[in-house]
Amino acid sequence: MTRVLEVEDLATHFFTADGVVKAVDGVSFTLERGKVLGLVGESGSGKSVTGLSLIRLIDPPGRIVRGAVRLEGRDLVALPVEALRRLRGSRIAMVFQDPSMALNPVLTVGRQMELALRASERVSAREARARSVAALERVGIPDAARRLDAYPHEFSGGMRQRVAIAIALLRDPAVIIADEPTTALDVSIQAQILSEMRGLAREAGVAMIWISHDLATVSQMADDIAVMYAGKLVESGRVTQVLVDPRHPYTRGLLDSLPSQARHGEPLRQVPGGTPSLLDLPPGCPFAPRCARVGPECVVDPPTVEQEGRRWRCWRPLGGARA
Amino acid sequence: MGGYVLGRAGQALIVMLVMSALVFVGVFAIGNPVDVLISPDATQEIRRQVIAQYGLDRPLWEQYLAFLGRLAQGDFGRSLVYNMPVGDLILSRLPATLELTLAAVIGATAAGVPLGMYAGYKPDSPVSKLIMAASILGFSVPTFWVGLVLILAFAVDLGWFPAGGRGETARFLGAEWSFLTLDGLKHLALPALNLSLFKFAMMVRLARSGVRELMLSDTVRYARAQGLSEGQVLRHHVLKLIAIPIVTVFGLEFGSTLAFAIVTETIFSWPGLGKLIIESIASLDRPVMVAYLMLVAMLFILINFSVDLAYAALDPRLRRRAR
Amino acid sequence: MRSGEALRRFWREFARNRVAVAALVVVAAIILLAAFAPLVTPQNPYDMASLSLRDARRPPGYVGTGGYMHWLGTDAQGRDLFSAILYGLRISLEMGLVAGAVALAIGASLGASAAFVGGRVESFLMRLVDLQLSFPAILLAFVLAALLGQGKTQLVLALVAAQYAYFARTAHGAASAERSKDYVEAALSTPLSPMRVVFRHILPNCLPPLLVVATVQVASAISLEATLSFLGVGLPPSEPSLGMLIANGFQYMMSGRTWISMYPGVALITLIIAINLIGDQIRDQLNPRLRR
Repeated sequence: MTRVLEVEDLATHFFTADGVVKAVDGVSFTLERGKVLGLVGESGSGKSVTGLSLIRLIDPPGRIVRGAVRLEGRDLVALPVEALRRLRGSRIAMVFQDPSMALNPVLTVGRQMELALRASERVSAREARARSVAALERVGIPDAARRLDAYPHEFSGGMRQRVAIAIALLRDPAVIIADEPTTALDVSIQAQILSEMRGLAREAGVAMIWISHDLATVSQMADDIAVMYAGKLVESGRVTQVLVDPRHPYTRGLLDSLPSQARHGEPLRQVPGGTPSLLDLPPGCPFAPRCARVGPECVVDPPTVEQEGRRWRCWRPLGGARA
Repeated sequence: MGGYVLGRAGQALIVMLVMSALVFVGVFAIGNPVDVLISPDATQEIRRQVIAQYGLDRPLWEQYLAFLGRLAQGDFGRSLVYNMPVGDLILSRLPATLELTLAAVIGATAAGVPLGMYAGYKPDSPVSKLIMAASILGFSVPTFWVGLVLILAFAVDLGWFPAGGRGETARFLGAEWSFLTLDGLKHLALPALNLSLFKFAMMVRLARSGVRELMLSDTVRYARAQGLSEGQVLRHHVLKLIAIPIVTVFGLEFGSTLAFAIVTETIFSWPGLGKLIIESIASLDRPVMVAYLMLVAMLFILINFSVDLAYAALDPRLRRRAR
Repeated sequence: MRSGEALRRFWREFARNRVAVAALVVVAAIILLAAFAPLVTPQNPYDMASLSLRDARRPPGYVGTGGYMHWLGTDAQGRDLFSAILYGLRISLEMGLVAGAVALAIGASLGASAAFVGGRVESFLMRLVDLQLSFPAILLAFVLAALLGQGKTQLVLALVAAQYAYFARTAHGAASAERSKDYVEAALSTPLSPMRVVFRHILPNCLPPLLVVATVQVASAISLEATLSFLGVGLPPSEPSLGMLIANGFQYMMSGRTWISMYPGVALITLIIAINLIGDQIRDQLNPRLRR
């Protein structure tokens, strides 16, 4: 039960000319060794920004305004840049959503892996090559040694993402942040990559943060789940608990809108209303405008309630068995 | 690959033919050179002699065919003004223009790209703003005016450099070059600076916008996530990515710079092709004009072709198509 | 598309760059001055009868035979430099804007239509455009101007020929991107003629990048015209443009009478720099890759 990552009250704001966008506003969660945490939300909920904030990959006008991110005890937010750089890729790695945008099109795959390996370690070219081949084989790329000299565009979409995963695993990190890694892929490949990543995580003992908007995949992948809305974490806990017996109305809404939940012949259910603009949030609970259970106390932002390892932020949580 | 080259060569030939026809007809239209060569009160006899000598009385298409025939043998005719073979005339002036253009282009790129990269990397620093201001000036101010200012400031007021002419030359590979002598270099300095300014500005702006866009791209973000330092990112990823547009522009602008040498050579009395063409247009020296334009057209095709090759060499995504 | 609101947002962001706003003010001022030149200047520099050689080559501050002060001095023909510059600016603006507008119209139509027609015609046309783009504008304009002779129309023709390719290329790129969008499919399935679809629907959406190219090209046309005049082709010497004023004053630079070339030069580069600054700001604003 070692906690490999502890995020405490993380907040990342964007200071734009039109106002301050509180993309992430007070997010806290923990990640245990070898476990998968699903970070779920709509677009604009702040889940991707959270992922990027963990390793301080936020470009101006964004800035981490408060909070701590403790990786194996060290606070990444407070670390000097050089120390942080040494941890990136080696103790905590990231897989991006679209590998064709992330991988450099003019460098061979082997070269990119070599650059990653040599970023802060002294590794000989030969050793780099050997480790790269091993990594590619691990993610199931055939003819790995020859493929090292290929360019990203010579791989199919699914293979490219495997390359990205291989790069993430190169230096045996403790944590991998996966930002919607299957969203850009063909549906047929998605399931495959999903289960492969799951397997790799378990084998290697790597903890994963799986960022997604798709509740269905998260329910298959993750051990724990954290639901984000408008920059805040509205509910978190074990997947089995949260998805079967949610406390927050938004989680309930997400679950109800799953196609698998729909009854044949009935229209699909949706959470009413639209995603709020982060520039102009009403005071109080951000979900209030769309909530069916809203009440007078909801004009004040609810505090986080913790109970039996679960957390939620709601004045009027759903409780007990499903109605 | 061979088929590709052959195809391009074939295209080039067609373009050259079209160009030759256009040029020939166009030049023919501007006026009767007979009137330029013979004084108005010459006798009819002398007129007829001159016309017969230069074949100026033949119908247009006959002159064109004769012209093509001579071209195939490498004979560009004789200059009506200098009374020497045009081929020799152009060759004698070519080195001057070539070294001026090369000096300008190399200088502009060597200075412009690093400065532009810096400005793109730190777009808000005061140094960057200075660089950008300088580039706007270099880009906007017409070459001829810069030349005037340069002469005024450095030649007349400060007396550091001569105001015109080519100075001493040294023989190398059968041609006269001025960059091989100190005096020649002093004469080369101002005109090269003048000619380079526009291209310098272009390079700065290109490098800056390229770097600026790239620094916000997924590729750079991904490289940072792998633990690469800023220096490594710039050197290994960014540089290779902006090389493509820079080389392309370099090639295309080379031709443009060669053409702009017309202006610089006029102001600095630099005895090159530019000055030659201006004089030929003024004196209606048709053979020279035709040969010059053909030469320029051929140069363009060559440049275009080299740029295509360089492009394929730098961007691996294009190599398949070339095959 | 609430274009009124988009315009206001555009303006607000534009106004944040003080340099660009200053440039806009400068250009507006120049346009006004040039438009009202006959009312503002003490002399009509084109009227040969009003010139007197006794006023030639006088430094700034001289009071001439006409009884008024020559704030910027006079040139070799006795023209009041201030008047000549304003009239010259008029010509520069006229040339730049007309050539730019015509090149835009021709080039954009060509590029958009090519993107739309597709197939062999498209690749042939675009190859032509590419070829022309790699040919230096200055050479093309110079040769054309030399061949066509002096005069405003001829010069505009030369400028347009040298510039339409930029518009064609940009329009083609934008139109190709638009062509694959759904609304085009929808429009094509209606009884509207294809040409109408291109002009009413596709072209307006190509306007932003075309606008950027247009500002650069107008500045470039002004610069090109001045260069051509400097080289002696283009406009007749009786109606001197800024380039010609500079050329005429060139010979007096060495003898200390720098104002004859200097002031027209300053006026010219002020105009060009201002237009380029505006164009820069527009380009930065419309560049999608710089937005978060």
